[in-house]
Amino acid sequence: MTSDEIIDLVEMVVLVAVLVAVGKLFQRSKASGRLGEWWNSKSRVEQWAWLVPLIAVVVLIPVINPPFLTTEPGTNFPITMFNCALYALVALGLNVVVGQAGLLDLGYVGFFAVGAYVAALFTSPDSQLSKIPYLWTLPLAMVVTMFFGVVLGTPTLRLRGDYLAIVTLGFGEIVRLLATLMPPLKGNVGFQDVGHPPGTKADGGALFANTNGTPWYMLTIGIILIVLLLVGNLERSRVGRAWVAIREDEDAAEMMGVPVFKFKLWAFAIGAAIGGLSGSLFAGQVSFVNNQKFDVPTSVLFLAAVVLGGSGNKVGVLLGGFVIAYIPFRFTALASYKYLIFGVALVVLMIFRPQGLLGARQRLLARGRQAYQRLIGRPEQLSSDSSLVAEKAGDSA
Amino acid sequence: MSDTPEVEPEGGIVAELEHMTEAERAAHEAEVAEAVAPDREIAVEVGDTLLELRDVTMRFGGLVAMDSVSFSIKRGEILGLIGPNGAGKTTCFNAMTGVYRPTSGQVLLEDRPLGRAKRHQITHRGIARTFQNIRLFGEMTALENVVVGADARHQTSVVGALLRLPRHHREEREAIDRAMALLEFMGIADRAADKAKNLPYGYQRRLEIARALATEPKLLCLDEPAAGFNPAEKDELMGLIRKIRDDGYTVLLIEHDMRLVMGVTDRIVVLEFGKKIAEGLPAEIRDNPAVIAAYLGVPDEEDTDGAA
Amino acid sequence: MHHLITYLADAPWITFNTGAFSDQFWASTFDGLTYGSIYALVAMGYTLVYGVLQLINFAHSEVFIVGVYATVFALNAMGFGPSPVYPPMVVLIIDLLVAMVAAMIASGLTALILERVAYRPLRKRNAPRLVFLITAIGASFTIQYLIFVWRGGSNAEPATIMFVPDPVFEVFSTIIDSQQLTIFIAAIVLMVVTDQFINRTKFGRGIRAVAQDPDTATLMGVNKERVIMLTFVIGGVLAGAAALFYLMKVPQGASFNGGFVLGIKAFAAAVLGGIGNIRGALLGGLLLGVVSNYGVTLLGNSSWTDVVAFVVLVVVLMVRPTGLLGESLGKARV
Repeated sequence: MTSDEIIDLVEMVVLVAVLVAVGKLFQRSKASGRLGEWWNSKSRVEQWAWLVPLIAVVVLIPVINPPFLTTEPGTNFPITMFNCALYALVALGLNVVVGQAGLLDLGYVGFFAVGAYVAALFTSPDSQLSKIPYLWTLPLAMVVTMFFGVVLGTPTLRLRGDYLAIVTLGFGEIVRLLATLMPPLKGNVGFQDVGHPPGTKADGGALFANTNGTPWYMLTIGIILIVLLLVGNLERSRVGRAWVAIREDEDAAEMMGVPVFKFKLWAFAIGAAIGGLSGSLFAGQVSFVNNQKFDVPTSVLFLAAVVLGGSGNKVGVLLGGFVIAYIPFRFTALASYKYLIFGVALVVLMIFRPQGLLGARQRLLARGRQAYQRLIGRPEQLSSDSSLVAEKAGDSA
Repeated sequence: MSDTPEVEPEGGIVAELEHMTEAERAAHEAEVAEAVAPDREIAVEVGDTLLELRDVTMRFGGLVAMDSVSFSIKRGEILGLIGPNGAGKTTCFNAMTGVYRPTSGQVLLEDRPLGRAKRHQITHRGIARTFQNIRLFGEMTALENVVVGADARHQTSVVGALLRLPRHHREEREAIDRAMALLEFMGIADRAADKAKNLPYGYQRRLEIARALATEPKLLCLDEPAAGFNPAEKDELMGLIRKIRDDGYTVLLIEHDMRLVMGVTDRIVVLEFGKKIAEGLPAEIRDNPAVIAAYLGVPDEEDTDGAA
Repeated sequence: MHHLITYLADAPWITFNTGAFSDQFWASTFDGLTYGSIYALVAMGYTLVYGVLQLINFAHSEVFIVGVYATVFALNAMGFGPSPVYPPMVVLIIDLLVAMVAAMIASGLTALILERVAYRPLRKRNAPRLVFLITAIGASFTIQYLIFVWRGGSNAEPATIMFVPDPVFEVFSTIIDSQQLTIFIAAIVLMVVTDQFINRTKFGRGIRAVAQDPDTATLMGVNKERVIMLTFVIGGVLAGAAALFYLMKVPQGASFNGGFVLGIKAFAAAVLGGIGNIRGALLGGLLLGVVSNYGVTLLGNSSWTDVVAFVVLVVVLMVRPTGLLGESLGKARV
């Protein structure tokens, strides 16, 4: 190992250690977990009062360029931050499928790819299709990937969980192979000059140029906030409850009247749509799409983001996505080991801390906070561990 | 931790119950009873056949778990289903709730065959059950578990939930109120906010019943609800089952404990080796020589049913 | 949307070469059987572990690729390389056997370490299935990129030629060569031996007992942990043998991620035959080898073989999720 590698390694270990410590602090069940308790005791209004400045800081990160977070010269910090946000969005989508509904989807990159190709096909001059404005490709990509999700999910979601993993893995590979084999998708040559949102800078250049990471980052953060809100709405409804029930005990859920297949398909389709959305954002920023970036290791990275952050915890997976994307940019000397690092991390996490950095934490009732207060005078017990350490209720009896 | 303005003072409703006057408590209990037993349209009158098994046979490979079993459950009664271990009681349950499809024969609810209905559709049609080996959603709170049951009657679509349309709000509110009423009814409201897996055993058993009742069933099937209970708890459960029936539910009860079965049921069906060997009032069953023979020398152990 | 569909569908990206298919029907059948017997050997590992633990050992493809590397190094040490050497027949056979044993040891050890380090702690904790699966993926990734880092990149190892195939005999006016014959016969023999081992010996009885009912088996005095270890090792050893045959067929097949696609195909084969069923793995492997070879001939591009394999897997799972021969080693879950 060179000295650069050692320095990076040490820094990375420090970073991960800090994250783990923060995660522990958030855990309510631990005696030291005052932070989580403090947060939970706040009313919604007070929480927002804290959140708004926090969001403002997050949005401005590329402009502030904080010292420890910044990347070394040669790596563009705003673009790094865009990638982090992109991975966070991907993790948020995959979390619906893996964390909430408990379906292991290993072909998520397939949806990401479909989204990217939708953006490329409808905006790149290399495509013979009639062009539409770039921003329209975002919803279009969601619709198309949702369609793919339904087509893939309909035959496979009736299968046992582990078969689903393999079939989705196959789907990811098929998408990649088709991108290679189908002439209209241009294989390795790909599509140049994928579109971007309108807007010009003061000097007349495009605001959303692919060298200019900041607006892309802010756009992505905006999208993440909307998605968070919508996914949160779903979580605190019969849909989210159905997902968790399916994850906990599929048979019991069905016998309690949950249309299991229907809600699995919804989880799959919603996850797919978010994957497609991220894909078209990626295509826009990079401005180039070919068949090279949608391989299985990327799918596994996505999964690692969810598991690392805390499967089933929306904030956790955002953090997980951020970290997974950040490490190779920040610790460039380690970049060639990134897959090795994440592979080892997956095994180690599963053995020692399956709940990830932050454990699962789900509120499943709309206005449940008030309801619990009104009914029993205290808030509910929140999950401090994750979907991944869940045991059947019968076992603990 | 709780000086948020919009909520009632400390303790909430549960704590308040203790300080209520007689009249207040009666009024509250009436409210709870109202929520526990909502109006359901049931096609048959009280005393008529609600569910019928017609020559149901269940074969697993070479094993015949149920051999041409026929009996019926009348609306408003508590029917006991008993038999030695491996007699096919749980199989019978599974055939009624769609876990298995009968090899031959039919199950009819309100004179309409269940046919090829899926499990969740059967729940919709009005059969709910509990499980012999408790199967709660361990990571959910008790209240959430019951709300999942109540969701069976909800119409909110994914889009409705996504955009928080008015129906979503109404259904959520109703579901929480009803779930809480059910928890109170079962006497476990004080732990509504705890995760199911952290509840004591007795609470878990009762939570299962609350969750099943939340689906607004016409027929409630209890699979050994008293397993692992001490005599005092069993007495309490007997009272609860009667109360459930008095609230307008029909109950099918599988149970090993003879005292409980004899004490609470209106009629009893006895299975042995997958065949029905007797049917009648508890007193008749007690004196039935075939039943005595079936049980003679077969100690009544807490054991799993062979077909489970 | 409509526009998009017509655009993608109008392009002549898929052509059926029926002429080639009927011309080369027997040739692609025999070649398919050769590949199929390799798939089958690897599929055995998936099926055995699944039978005992109901776990898809995702990292089995890496157990296999470690065997391929071991074969390469063993053969290189014995003087084999990119250009063929012509040792006397007896020496050749001994050399190949030595290489095979080396691969078997390497793969068997990898499987054993995997079981010990990755899966056993989870079993102790009674972790949910999703956790096992994620661990398996992590382990698979770890081994792949250990090789990647060790070999300094993604380049495949230079070709290692064992022998130049000679024609042996002719059926349906198609030549069968010595390579095809060696692989096919050796693979079948290995699988029959394994099948007999599991059905006839005391160890095999232990495996079957644990597969059917782990708790009862433990009560009856079967050492479950040892059975699990043994199962992993047998699967690994067979993957090691498959590694030699694979390298025979694909001389430059040693690359860090070379196990992945073969692993998926072998898994598809195991599912096709009925996962948990040993004879099913053989049947599924041969069938998948033949079918995906037909796909290649018909579609005229070897990239299609993977697509065909995946599609076969999905179709089988949809139509008959228990596979052709059903799940007999393990038990079907309700």
